[in-house]
Amino acid sequence: MAPEFLLLLSLPLAGGIALALFGHWSRAAELNVAFSALTFVAAAALVARVVAGGPLAAAGEQFFIDSLNVFLVALTAFVAMTTALFSRPYMRIERDHGRVSAGGMRLYHSMYQLFTLAMLVVLTTNNLGIMWVAMEAATLTTVLLVALYRTHASLEAAWKYFILCGVGIAQALLGTILVYFAAEKILGAGVGSLLWTHLDEVKDQLEPTVMSIAFVFLLVGYGTKVGLVPLHNWLPDAHAEGPTPISAVLSGLLLNVALYSLIRFKVLTDGALERPFASHLLMGFGLTSVVVAAFFLSRQRDVKRMFAYSSIEHMGLITFAFGMGGPVASFGGLLHMTVHSLTKSAIFFAVGHATQKAGTQAMADIRGLLRVNPTVGWGLMLGTVAILGMPPFGVFASEFLILTTAIAQQPWATPILLVSLGIAFASIFGKVQPMVFGESTARKLPHPPALVPVFTHLAIVLCLGLYMPPYLADWYRQAARLIG
Amino acid sequence: MLQHYGPQLINLFAAVLLLLSFAMLTQRRILSLINLYAAQGLVLCLSTALVAWLTGQTHLYGSAALTLALKVVGLPWILHILIRRLNVKWDVETLINIPSMMLVGIVLVILAFNLALPISQLAGTVTRSTLGIALACVLLSFLMMITRSKAVPQVIGFLSMENGLFFAATGAVYGMPMVVEFGVALDVLVGALILGIFMFQIRERFDSVDTRHLEKLKEH
Repeated sequence: MAPEFLLLLSLPLAGGIALALFGHWSRAAELNVAFSALTFVAAAALVARVVAGGPLAAAGEQFFIDSLNVFLVALTAFVAMTTALFSRPYMRIERDHGRVSAGGMRLYHSMYQLFTLAMLVVLTTNNLGIMWVAMEAATLTTVLLVALYRTHASLEAAWKYFILCGVGIAQALLGTILVYFAAEKILGAGVGSLLWTHLDEVKDQLEPTVMSIAFVFLLVGYGTKVGLVPLHNWLPDAHAEGPTPISAVLSGLLLNVALYSLIRFKVLTDGALERPFASHLLMGFGLTSVVVAAFFLSRQRDVKRMFAYSSIEHMGLITFAFGMGGPVASFGGLLHMTVHSLTKSAIFFAVGHATQKAGTQAMADIRGLLRVNPTVGWGLMLGTVAILGMPPFGVFASEFLILTTAIAQQPWATPILLVSLGIAFASIFGKVQPMVFGESTARKLPHPPALVPVFTHLAIVLCLGLYMPPYLADWYRQAARLIG
Repeated sequence: MLQHYGPQLINLFAAVLLLLSFAMLTQRRILSLINLYAAQGLVLCLSTALVAWLTGQTHLYGSAALTLALKVVGLPWILHILIRRLNVKWDVETLINIPSMMLVGIVLVILAFNLALPISQLAGTVTRSTLGIALACVLLSFLMMITRSKAVPQVIGFLSMENGLFFAATGAVYGMPMVVEFGVALDVLVGALILGIFMFQIRERFDSVDTRHLEKLKEH
């Protein structure tokens, strides 16, 4: 087994255990950052190895890394690291305000590492059963974090999150059982029939009826975690009521990871079926999510809730792109996954500090951020402009790719998408603008806010919009070919 | 002898499982609900062991033992402690319209059989006829979760849904590979523990574990 890979999984595990013991220390936040940073280093080394030597398998093919998941591994480790950096001052301020106890901090730090581990296992495992187990583990590690503040609203949000995602993921288990059932006919019983690489080789022989029923269950199951409408109810609540660093990783990473599992199954289903069954379903759910989320955006009063709906909208757009398929749309979808993840977590970082300053999440009471802290204000403004798809940010590039493919392949959907994006633009921009400009009522924070992560993310998104390095483009192209 | 009656016995177990699901759907006392859940686990364990014996799939003995440890002993025990500590042991839930709930349940069973038909035709297992019942159990647990307002019965509904899925796996493919089953069992156990902690937090905040208090977050 490659040493980088071993480190990639053992570091967050060690971090989870260490922080379960020492997570309430005053230096625990630094320890959390250190573990996340080391995980990112391991991920970067793994990327270098895969780029140089091609796909690799580990632990008797139980794990494998190809061009599709390696880029998500790098992205996940990177955003986990920057969010740890952001959470250091953020959680310290929350602790000073008395919203979190010492035990709460221990839970928070430990679960943060274990959550990272669960996501990395989902991304790297080759075994579809383990993928399910790790996905459920990702829910379990975050459910107590959503309820960290123990307020009425946060307990309700966490309960909803647990029950809805639990029921959803149970459907995905049924789907996985059905896929195993189809595979067992060809590959025989045993762990081998659950390995994605083995299934991929025989995908054209898998029983089409079973695969289509399985895909419906999987779409409902993992789609709940992606936040596709009408399975999205848990998402805005969990994002609004949990601590902001958790909102950032839920939005920026967990949704991507859930969508990744769906894509893996889509590849298998497409191989088994003659007709574009999976594609149509993905396009339908994606388009519905974009439209419904755009309309809900205009009605939001809570800033974190609003950006949670914006995540639903963007995940819908990405799902639609993968539904259309083909090299350009898949390329656009992968690029959009990257830039959305980076931009949305940057926005949540800025929003986190803004709400701490204003002492509320209600947008009507947050005013004039530029006066009190220009960097938080500009971070929020630039992040908003970026997520709304303004050039020259990377989101513009990916949305442009997706929309131009839609014009060519699904012309009927283009006006719907454009109108929805327009509504989203008007609602979000109209609400963020007075928050940033105007007179201020905000107070000073006891600890300096962490703004390096915000601007690092935005700078990367800007770079991706202006110039994409050829090796990166090549990497996306390979991954897009894999998706088909 | 047993070889001959084996498949019929499995069908009998499946029928008992379905009956237990209906009983859970309409059971109002929380304590009895937990006992029904344990009984469901026991039937599941027996049928898994029987399938293992009939087919010679030795790994199914492992999952039968796992079921016994987790679903007959472990989880009911945790639930018993939980309701004693939460002081809801003798709680009775008001369920409205039990007859119409039964009717919806019957419709769900028919739906499940229809859905399972194309799959069980393809299955080569001796247990293929039970797949429809397994799906029906999943859907009935679903219905139970929707109709209950107290937290503990909702959780039992969730756990019994997992029982149905486990039965589906045994029926269609003689169980998932062992590593996956261990993983699923671990998730269920951790999930139940987290829910336990969680219910104390809810009670501390609301002075009851009725989820009707948890209906404030919605779109205005």
